[in-house]
Amino acid sequence: MASTHIYTAFDEELKYLARRISEMGGLAEQMVSEAVQALVNSDTALAQKVVSDDVVLDAAEREVGDKAIIIIARRQPVAADLREIIGSIRIASDLERVGDLGKNTAKRVIAVQESGVPRKLARGIEHLSELALMQLKEVLDVYANRSADKAQSIRDRDEEIDAMYTSIFRELLTYMMEDPRNITPCTHLLFCAKNIERIGDHATNIAETIYYMATGSQPEGERPKDDTANTVVVTKA
Amino acid sequence: MNMIAETKLEPKQVQTMQNSFKMLGRNVTVHYGAKQALFDVNLAIRQNTVTALIGPSGCGKSTFLRCLNRMNDTIDNCRVGGEITLEGQDIYDPSIDVVELRARVGMVFQKPNPFPKSIYENVAYGPRIHGLARSKVDFDQIVETSLIKAGLWNEVKDRLHEAGTGLSGGQQQRLCIARAVAVSPEVILMDEPCSALDPIATAKVEELIHELRSNYTIVIVTHSMQQAARVSQRTAMFHLGQLVEENDTDKIFTNPDESRTQDYIMGRFG
Repeated sequence: MASTHIYTAFDEELKYLARRISEMGGLAEQMVSEAVQALVNSDTALAQKVVSDDVVLDAAEREVGDKAIIIIARRQPVAADLREIIGSIRIASDLERVGDLGKNTAKRVIAVQESGVPRKLARGIEHLSELALMQLKEVLDVYANRSADKAQSIRDRDEEIDAMYTSIFRELLTYMMEDPRNITPCTHLLFCAKNIERIGDHATNIAETIYYMATGSQPEGERPKDDTANTVVVTKA
Repeated sequence: MNMIAETKLEPKQVQTMQNSFKMLGRNVTVHYGAKQALFDVNLAIRQNTVTALIGPSGCGKSTFLRCLNRMNDTIDNCRVGGEITLEGQDIYDPSIDVVELRARVGMVFQKPNPFPKSIYENVAYGPRIHGLARSKVDFDQIVETSLIKAGLWNEVKDRLHEAGTGLSGGQQQRLCIARAVAVSPEVILMDEPCSALDPIATAKVEELIHELRSNYTIVIVTHSMQQAARVSQRTAMFHLGQLVEENDTDKIFTNPDESRTQDYIMGRFG
């Protein structure tokens, strides 16, 4: 924001929204990271913490929404200001969903641990989460400086996550076929993997929203899609 | 007048533009004495469209509006250059009858200014001096239709012979619109028509503008950006005597091309 409004209070309100979004982003990132850590280390206490953190994130999303409604009602924003506020609502909603996915992953820690799954199975998911978290972290940086170019490049990179998710899907199916006792933990892990893949999608949504906030137009071209898990079939060898 | 300044358009293109737009201003300049108030403004006014002229005080929007029916003629040291056409005809041509022009291009002012006469006479005055009606039946008809079009008929039909100045501010402004409509104009110019009105009266006038669009071409100068956004289909942004940009109102208020427009509509320092 190069120039400032004649109403300084309006500037303060917009800054407040941006700060809340950044805070939500930080918390969502932390929740996902801790959920995966809890999964890999079978740390139920940490998993419990993630579940309780979600309440804070949900409250923050409602607060951003309420504040945005008040600003729209009182300031009647237009052009870039209006896009900024509508964008904040959308981003807050994506971040809240990211938190939900982290929470869902954390909840599965107990189930996976009880059935005694080898840790190595969780490794693939850990790696997937590194990619997704990297994506989320970058998109939050882009939000801080509102760069349309960088938003576009993040959006183009979602296919990496999709491709890795597909490979984990295959891997887990193979384990299940090897030994039916793996079915319970592997199914939970499959949901965990799907959760993390969805986080990448939300990061992409946020990148698209930032692009719109900065330029006023939608990003060009189809969203890259390399998630082919929906067509994967494993046949008995 | 008629000094068509340097332009990139071919004469044939100009002819096409003049025919397809209701009014067309080309390289319009205005001087008040030595001070230049408008610089080469090129602006097309589309038929059956509400065009809003916006911009900070002193940007030239009212000056441009007043050029469209030669209201600037009444100002002694005012000189208008460039060309303004109404359906292809140069309105500054010496052969143009200004009284007839102002019947075709009517005007509604900032402050409601009914004549100190009855409501009926306020509306009948224009048709009378333009000889649009002869019999009382004809006048009655014009007064009724005009007041209906201005959304005032139901409020005043039982007291047509009371003074127009006795109405409320909003009613007076709609009476002025009825007066403008009575001479069957093609274009109605409005210079901040709601700035002296309360929000309810403003809403009624804005709703009226919306309805009048199907029969008239409307150009409105407004200081209220929200009003421009609500009532117009095209918006022209003026700044320091220049036309900054003109585009669909939807575009101007969501994603304007020019940073000066953006700064103005968002209430920012440039």
